[in-house]
Amino acid sequence: MRSTESARRFSDADARALEALPARMEVRGLDAFFGDVHAVRDVSMRIPRNRVTAVIGPSGCGKSTFLRTLNRLHETVPGARIRGQVLLEGSDIYAPGIDPVSVRRHVGMVFQRSTAFPTMSIRGNVAAGLRVLKAAGQRIDQEERVEQALRRAALWEEVRDRLDESALGLSGGQQQRLCIARALAIDPGVLLLDEPTASLDPISTEKVEQLVHDLREEITVVIVTHNMEQAARVSDQTGFFLHGELVELSPTAQLFTRPRDPRTEAYITGRFG
Amino acid sequence: MSEFRSSPRRRVVNAIMTGLTWVAAVVATLPLLFILVYLLQKGASSLSLGFFTHLPTPVGVAGGGVANAIVGTLVVVGIASAFGVPIGIGAGIYLAEKKGAPLAVGVRFLADVLNGLPSIVMGIFAWELVVVPMGHFSALAGGFALGAMMIPTVTRTTEEMVRVVPTSLREAALALGYTQWRTALRIVLPTALAGILTGILVALARIAGETAPLLFTAFGNNFWSVSLNEPIAALPLQIFNYAISPYDEWHAQAWGGALVLIALVLIISLVSRAVTRSGFARAVD
Repeated sequence: MRSTESARRFSDADARALEALPARMEVRGLDAFFGDVHAVRDVSMRIPRNRVTAVIGPSGCGKSTFLRTLNRLHETVPGARIRGQVLLEGSDIYAPGIDPVSVRRHVGMVFQRSTAFPTMSIRGNVAAGLRVLKAAGQRIDQEERVEQALRRAALWEEVRDRLDESALGLSGGQQQRLCIARALAIDPGVLLLDEPTASLDPISTEKVEQLVHDLREEITVVIVTHNMEQAARVSDQTGFFLHGELVELSPTAQLFTRPRDPRTEAYITGRFG
Repeated sequence: MSEFRSSPRRRVVNAIMTGLTWVAAVVATLPLLFILVYLLQKGASSLSLGFFTHLPTPVGVAGGGVANAIVGTLVVVGIASAFGVPIGIGAGIYLAEKKGAPLAVGVRFLADVLNGLPSIVMGIFAWELVVVPMGHFSALAGGFALGAMMIPTVTRTTEEMVRVVPTSLREAALALGYTQWRTALRIVLPTALAGILTGILVALARIAGETAPLLFTAFGNNFWSVSLNEPIAALPLQIFNYAISPYDEWHAQAWGGALVLIALVLIISLVSRAVTRSGFARAVD
């Protein structure tokens, strides 16, 4: 058991370390709407480079909507719109003239349920994003990139002999890592994970968490999760959302041991949600 | 514990109801069975190798066949699909992707109306639109009439099949940097393909047997012709012409032709079932 005093020093050092890192993304005064529903309210958040940022909060608190504004997927829903700024490497992805399609090539995403493309092989799934880059005129060694992406997703050894088989033959956990490999293949600087283990068993969950931990040296991760233990295990900083507002953003160790806001404390101690 | 014992009356009612639905299920299939048996009785005797390879002969000349009508039906149905399938699929994708748009609502309604349009009306429409300007009957006009009949079926099936493709798959493609049209073409359409193919085959089976739209478009032809610009024979037309003639030997030919036609439709239906089973269940999962 650490004393309260050493815990404070420990987390203050964490906060300083996070602030010292350059921001990969920065959200400023962001509001998101579905028609008349105000889903995200005036959120500002600094997302440091090559660290894991977790977003927690009860169902319907706007955390998934927030995540979907970071790659401009939110606006694909009819009636959805946003106000505010989201900077990626300093430039606003919502500035006029910015193509959402090109934003999404730099900000990858993995969803709660596996989204392996059912008509494609394992290889085809991983190469799906690469084909878009090729069509855009980039020269790409597809075989090499597929293997590289599967290795980064810790899936290569399990699928190397069945690359041409249907992706649906994989287990749920493998499919989810396949989706991660597919997102990594186009080399995004940021990876968004929307409750990536919510439909997985504990062993598959552990593998994905391990993967997220290993990835953080090379990529910026934002993970939305229902599971507070997961946030505590994998992330460097954690944001707590409630009713569309970002109540608190703190280094993870601090948020779970010494939250600044009483609402955060009420949530993590299980008094609601 | 007596309230848990099943009452005799309930068991009797249950048995009667089960029996009634059984009878209804059997009666529902009877017409097809009768038709098949009757056609086999009447038509099987006309079938020979020559029936499939020879041209029609005048009354009194033995050994006539329906070779030109079989080929003609394939040609006309081919033209119909060449123009009905792409339009139907395109319209279906539009309806699914833009569900609530005013144009989509209008098109969906019109497609349903078109689906219920009597086929003779479609024939008159094609006559007015293609035959009159061209100045003569043609395979093209017949294909046009049948193609227009395919469109609503293909459109609505495509729409349904594209709609059951999970939104999450679309979003996954968009998140990979796919454009909307690329997502529709490379992800959504292939996933829905087996279902769409089934819809196309159902539409084909339906139009292959249509007579009315061909009466004043393809018109029929007793000779070899595969020219798109000339009147062309078709099985339903041949059956119709033989059946309304006063000659017994032509009546026999009509029965034979009907048997061939129904076999054709059955084969298409069987193929469509096989397609449905092979890929569809998997794709929707």
